[in-house]
Amino acid sequence: MNYHKYDVVIVGAGGAGLMSAMQLAHNTSVAVISKLYPTRSHTGAAQGGVAAALGNQEEDHWKWHMFDTVKGGDYLVDQDAAEVLTREAIDAVYDLEHWGLPFNRTEDGKIDQRRFGGHTRNFGEGPVRRSCYAADRTGHMILQTMYQQSVKNQVKFYNEYLMLDLLINDGQACGVVALCLRDGTIHTFHAKTIVFATGGYGRAWRITSNALACTGDGMAVAYRRGIPLEDMEMYQFHPTGLYKVGILLSEAARGEGAYLLNKDGERFCVRYAPTMEELAPRDMVSRFIVQEITEGRGIDGKDYVYLSVAHLGKEKIDAKLPDITDFARNYLGVEPYYEPVPIQPTAHYAMGGIPTDIEGRVIMDENNTTLPGMYAAGEVACVSVHGANRLGTNSLVDLIVFGRRAGKHIAAKWLPEADFAPLPPNPDAWATEMVESLLARASAGAKGKGETQEAIRQDLRDSMMENAGVVRDEQHLTAQMAKVAELKERWQTMRLMDTSRTFNTELMEVIELGNLIECAEATVAGALARQESRGAHYRSDFPTRDDKNFLQHTLAFRSETAGAPELRYKPVVITEFQPKERKY
Amino acid sequence: MATATGTRTIHIKVKRYQPDKDAKPYWQDFAVQAEGNDRLVDVLNKIKWEQDGTLTFRRSCVHGVCGSDAMRVNGRNRLACKLLVNDIGARVTVEPMLGFPVIRDLVVDMEPFFAKYEKVKPYLMNDEPAPRTERLQSPEQRERYDETTKCILCGACTGSCPSVWANPDWVGPASIVNAHRFIFDSRDHGGAERMQILGDRNGVWRCRTIFNCSEACPRGIHVTDAIEEVKRAIMFGTTDIA
Ligand SMILES: Cc1cc2nc3c(=O)[nH]c(=O)nc-3n(C[C@H](O)[C@H](O)[C@H](O)COP(=O)(O)OP(=O)(O)OC[C@H]3O[C@@H](n4cnc5c(N)ncnc54)[C@H](O)[C@@H]3O)c2cc1C
Ligand code: FES
Repeated sequence: MNYHKYDVVIVGAGGAGLMSAMQLAHNTSVAVISKLYPTRSHTGAAQGGVAAALGNQEEDHWKWHMFDTVKGGDYLVDQDAAEVLTREAIDAVYDLEHWGLPFNRTEDGKIDQRRFGGHTRNFGEGPVRRSCYAADRTGHMILQTMYQQSVKNQVKFYNEYLMLDLLINDGQACGVVALCLRDGTIHTFHAKTIVFATGGYGRAWRITSNALACTGDGMAVAYRRGIPLEDMEMYQFHPTGLYKVGILLSEAARGEGAYLLNKDGERFCVRYAPTMEELAPRDMVSRFIVQEITEGRGIDGKDYVYLSVAHLGKEKIDAKLPDITDFARNYLGVEPYYEPVPIQPTAHYAMGGIPTDIEGRVIMDENNTTLPGMYAAGEVACVSVHGANRLGTNSLVDLIVFGRRAGKHIAAKWLPEADFAPLPPNPDAWATEMVESLLARASAGAKGKGETQEAIRQDLRDSMMENAGVVRDEQHLTAQMAKVAELKERWQTMRLMDTSRTFNTELMEVIELGNLIECAEATVAGALARQESRGAHYRSDFPTRDDKNFLQHTLAFRSETAGAPELRYKPVVITEFQPKERKY
Repeated sequence: MATATGTRTIHIKVKRYQPDKDAKPYWQDFAVQAEGNDRLVDVLNKIKWEQDGTLTFRRSCVHGVCGSDAMRVNGRNRLACKLLVNDIGARVTVEPMLGFPVIRDLVVDMEPFFAKYEKVKPYLMNDEPAPRTERLQSPEQRERYDETTKCILCGACTGSCPSVWANPDWVGPASIVNAHRFIFDSRDHGGAERMQILGDRNGVWRCRTIFNCSEACPRGIHVTDAIEEVKRAIMFGTTDIA
């Protein structure tokens, strides 16, 4: 057995994982496991910015930011967490600057800030400049900066190790099992503390802004080990994905003044959201687009509309939106200087995930019982600061604020009193058995029986798009529950071709596909049971919000036997802002 | 919108090699149905998912920002996710980047590359206590090093450089780009230290100004120019150069 022992093992080297590692690198033994080289993590794709009420451009207050976060999340946000997020965002952004992050600057040398959807002054009066940014590559700069600091602090990395399993013993998280891609060996990491920072699962849908690596591994592994998943039905579709490919065109474009146009050249958002127009929250703008399309006002009657930046002028486009206009040129052959860009909603962000408290500790049930030694942060986690809909630029803040809090809590509170729980007997048995049986199935090679994993993957992604997308109803969700069960079965018998242990990416992909199916199950089950419309979860058969019955978090517990998960519910923490109707 | 050119057949020749199994590399031909707007990475995925699951390459973001899929395409280093079928013609040759040990097929060993990156101390050095808010930097000062902040560490420049092929110990263009990013940052105090590292035998002077790196960079960084700026800074002992 390949055995490693650390005080802390962090799984995931995106913004959240690296931020936690930074808090611990100086004085504890910590290792970071990542299936990608850290700088390949999906945090690097984030474009628009990171929100913090610095007030560099105009008056701003964290309370306003908190209010926007709560309202944007359609009141499913835990308000104690939103307060932490917005208060600590300010210092966290200064930390990044001190570590060298190259923010754009104002004339007087401060961090420049711009507008973003749903961020307002004075509790909803109008847009405010709150998003701190570095051109349209803010995530890239955060990831690079964090990685630079990890190099400086000599963080120990296990790169291209795929985490397969979580070990829990004596009621404490005590390790993970991972596959080393390079040589196919299985490794057991024994630790006092495990942090999951594995990101999201956008790859469950056909049209997505997410990387191929965004397959919900952390969520699925936790779910299999009895940790519930919270509010998985709350999945955000970003309004402006490049038509057909899903690549994101950041809200920064609309923040800088871009328009959305239907086939009549009408700025339809003005009709739906007279105050915030194109900068209404994402769930709403995505629905506006779907409604335009359904009512026949998509371009050429098809399933897309236009995003127009041409009126901003070349100079502004080049200075503020260089990368995203390049995407349009590269992938659609459209020249944004002169032509409108075809866009459609794209699966983007998981508001739900592994439930945690505001210290990043993982929660096991509706009574907020923690699992000692287990933490989660970033998109994989649900604190919940995003509730039913995340505001743009609030994820990068989430990573740095809660990545930092988890790291600090581990160092200051948990490690001083923690001990190693013994590993369970044969700790790598489950993972080894899975890998061996998959490799055995590959031995028949390309001529073997059964369908390819791609057939299953496509079926999953198409059916999720169709049945669990921007608009949902009972009939489609019921069909999707059955579909997910069927896909689970089919996964068991599909055909594989690669028996090698050297960098077997087919093996990796098939494990990731299994993880996506688990995440889909929790998502669809939560969506079917939530008979209301709130934030990103829109039910055409229950089109209004129902606070009486559903102002609560869903917890999905995986069922040991085949079948739907058990759903339980947990109250929302409300401190200051009583639920109101959401108008923009 | 560019009209999709309809489905057509792409003939793709891939250099296959698994050192722990194959005696030597060999070429394999695949024929794939692809659309004009498909990316090369989509074509590779199609092969992998439908024809030959053993074909091995790295990829993640599939839109040119993560740096996973640098490879040699028709003799030039490119990101497979930034090349459209429309742009590469009906016959394509794909092989791993030169100058890197091969692990399997198109996957090369990136460890030596990251080790060289670490050598130039690629992080902000400034021991002065940080202010309560941000350190100030004017838009002009920020602009000074903008270009080299774009690097995604894909290795395309380093893998295209004849000086690297000739001497694998040389730090190579990507490391110098990342040193440049800090040397010209007004907030950084580590310039002298880095210039000393790069002034050494295996530093900037091995660059023969061949410009392959600039051509290879998928982020449009003028790599050779950045290297020249670092050379001049070392020569004149200052970053106050035009
Ligand atoms: C295109 C795009 C643009 C965005 N723009 C913005 C923006 O402007 N502002 C904003 O606030 N948010 C934005 N977001 C959202 C935000 O970028 C993400 O939510 C956030 O970066 C996720 O960070 P993370 O650290 O949680 O995970 P990631 O950055 O996704 O990192 C996950 C890490 O986990 C590792 N990992 C995963 N599974 C395993 C496994 N099984 N074994 C080992 N390692 C594993 C990966 O290797 C990786 O290192 C954007 C998202 C997208 C897709
Ligand atoms: S896959 Fe990310 S750069 Fe190509």
